[in-house]
Amino acid sequence: MNSAVKNRIKDNAFKYFGIACTSFGLLMLAIFIGNILIEGVARIDWDFITNFPSRNPEKAGILPALVGTLWIMGLTAIIAIPLGVSAGVYLEEYGKKSRLANILEINISNLAGVPSIIYGLLGLEIFGRILGMGGSLLAGASTLSLLILPIIIVSTREALKAVPKSIKEASFAMGASKWQTIWYQLLPASFGGVITGIILALSRAIGETAPLIVIGALAYVPFVPASPTDEFSVLPIQIFNWISRPQKGFAINAASAIIILLLVTFVLNGVAMYLRNRWQKKVKW
Amino acid sequence: MNKLEAQNVNVYYGANKVINDISISIKPNSVTAFIGPSGCGKSTFLRLFNRMNDYIDIFKMEGKVEIDGKNIYDKNIRVEELRKQIGMVFQKPNPFPKSIYENIVYGLRIQGIKDKNILDETVEKSLKQAALWEEVKDKLKNSALALSGGQQQRLCIARTLAVEPTVILMDEPASALDPISSAKVEELIYELKNNYTIVIVTHNMQQAARVSDTTAFFYMGELIEHDATKLIFTNPKNERTQNYVTGRFG
Ligand SMILES: Nc1ncnc2c1ncn2[C@@H]1O[C@H](COP(=O)(O)OP(=O)(O)OP(=O)(O)O)[C@@H](O)[C@H]1O
Ligand SMILES: [Mg+2]
Repeated sequence: MNSAVKNRIKDNAFKYFGIACTSFGLLMLAIFIGNILIEGVARIDWDFITNFPSRNPEKAGILPALVGTLWIMGLTAIIAIPLGVSAGVYLEEYGKKSRLANILEINISNLAGVPSIIYGLLGLEIFGRILGMGGSLLAGASTLSLLILPIIIVSTREALKAVPKSIKEASFAMGASKWQTIWYQLLPASFGGVITGIILALSRAIGETAPLIVIGALAYVPFVPASPTDEFSVLPIQIFNWISRPQKGFAINAASAIIILLLVTFVLNGVAMYLRNRWQKKVKW
Repeated sequence: MNKLEAQNVNVYYGANKVINDISISIKPNSVTAFIGPSGCGKSTFLRLFNRMNDYIDIFKMEGKVEIDGKNIYDKNIRVEELRKQIGMVFQKPNPFPKSIYENIVYGLRIQGIKDKNILDETVEKSLKQAALWEEVKDKLKNSALALSGGQQQRLCIARTLAVEPTVILMDEPASALDPISSAKVEELIYELKNNYTIVIVTHNMQQAARVSDTTAFFYMGELIEHDATKLIFTNPKNERTQNYVTGRFG
């Protein structure tokens, strides 16, 4: 057998191995989603979405948890996006050489690997106790913001790095200041990457349960949170709560709530993809 | 008075000295060509005049560089102001990933000019000056990246002209272009020299001979000879210049 043939066999072997691995992952996901759908779809109706939790699984709904999740998403976005993007811009464009930036950089990479429950403890102490926010939406969103900041910072930096140097040079040569170059050239040109990072980060935040439980999010909320200082629950906590009940009815409710949570995530990702594609049509190197 | 002047300039990249005691005077409304073998310091020297080397961490310079008798490395010079006076065109066309229109008005926008009439007028005037108006006047809102390489380069020249500089620095502006586009850019340089002081780096001897009034020959970080282009190409004083322009090395 000559080496070209051998290489081709290896090539093919690897290709099929890759396909097998990918299919395995997809298959597991499909089984999981299929299972959830079979169990939960029938239970979803308008009442399920607009009802409060109840001791009776047939009457129980997800309204407070769903509204809580939307609140948390919104607040986390408001807190984390400006902070994360600014920090990314600073580290990439301003702080490159400084010692401070170096220290920050190492810490940010480390932060991305810290278990989320630790963030919960941090949030409980700082936001809940010291700043007196208690178990409010604001405390929860602040904690989740900390958790996802590293993701936003890193992806902002990557996106900025991907902008060709020639664009920066051209802008400077036209007499633009550093800030103008960032604002008019670098950020628009890296918008796709930045937005992808933001959405990934927010999707992560939506699914988080542990840190919110630690800061004192409630499992049973008989009201719809109406302001950032209100206490709250979120879908993952509601799901967790239902799953831990012995009655079969609650297991079905949990499946239905998972479907809603997945829908919210898909919508979020869909918006991200739409924005990114729209933007990338305009920006091509 | 000289438009541009450099006196006893040294440039270092880290410990590496790449410009060695160069002095040069450049007259207003003239075209000066910088020639010399690769790596001899032409780009580095050119970029001294709009302080584009400032972004290189290990860059260090000594000496004086003046425009209209003012030292541009003075502490109270604002680089942004300086660069409105001294435009630059790069080797590879680098339009912004925006519309043709937005490319041209960028320099005005960053100066805070919002008046639509002024912007519109500037777009038309600059594109006409850069001999691009006829080709793009119906698609000003289209992406600049959809233009051909030659058109992109003329757009970059138009963009530079839009802020009405007095000096234009060009670093091999035609080297990435096909012969026809290249000829167009050359023609353009020839036209512009009535109103602008142009310094152009080029590896193309014919091009240097065609467009420039004076030519400066650089070799290993030194300025070997700067004289009328005709003299440099027909009767240079230095033997190395002679060898270079006749293609015997480099
Ligand atoms: N950013 C940099 N950092 C370190 N050294 C550099 C840098 N840029 C250029 N140099 C060095 O400085 C010297 C002059 O480079 P320069 O780019 O000015 O040459 P050039 O004459 O323009 O060459 P070419 O004709 O190939 O464009 C070279 O030795 C080069 O290696
Ligand atoms: Mg060069």
